[in-house]
Amino acid sequence: MSSRRSRISEEEIAELLSKLQSLLPEARRRGTSRASASKLLKETCNYIKSLHREVDDLSDRLSEMMATMDMDSAQAEIIRSLFRP
Amino acid sequence: MMACHFLRALFRIQQTSTSSSSSGRSRRIRRAAYASMAYSAGTRRAWSRALLRKLRSRARLRFPRRLSRAATPQRRDMDQAQVLRKLVPGGPSMDDCKLLEETADYIRCLTTQVRLMQTVMDSISS
Repeated sequence: MSSRRSRISEEEIAELLSKLQSLLPEARRRGTSRASASKLLKETCNYIKSLHREVDDLSDRLSEMMATMDMDSAQAEIIRSLFRP
Repeated sequence: MMACHFLRALFRIQQTSTSSSSSGRSRRIRRAAYASMAYSAGTRRAWSRALLRKLRSRARLRFPRRLSRAATPQRRDMDQAQVLRKLVPGGPSMDDCKLLEETADYIRCLTTQVRLMQTVMDSISS
């Protein structure tokens, strides 16, 4: 990566990269073999961007739903569903 | 804990935005989402500290969606690390090692927040 890596061992980076790979969604993981650092970083960037988009999208949809619903009765239902096993 | 903060923010938004536009409310919800993420990680993480600073300064929360116009199809390691630095709060001041650690935690937090929002949506719409 960049030249700031001089003090950090290759193994540390490799371990962190593999931890990162395990967080990426199943579909994007190319089998069990370790992807190259560059590919992994690119997938990580794409994944984070898609998560940001999901937050935006869910915010829009929640906003629309809140316009018409009765929040008081929804409160109890939301809390119940969060604690459902 | 993330759930409590987010839910409380949602109820507050509902009570105080009866006449405002849907997009204004959507922006407030989005902000509440990032706030609850930042508060749940607190000051333990560099990304959450950076996010808290941004929230408190009331700056607009923006994350880059597109690569720069000069982007070439083939990007090297170094460029991808730079792209990642723009996506993770506080990224620019992190070295490679720190960036990878913080990214993993940030992703875990983001996915939890997304799941929470989906749960809220599902229970409201049922």
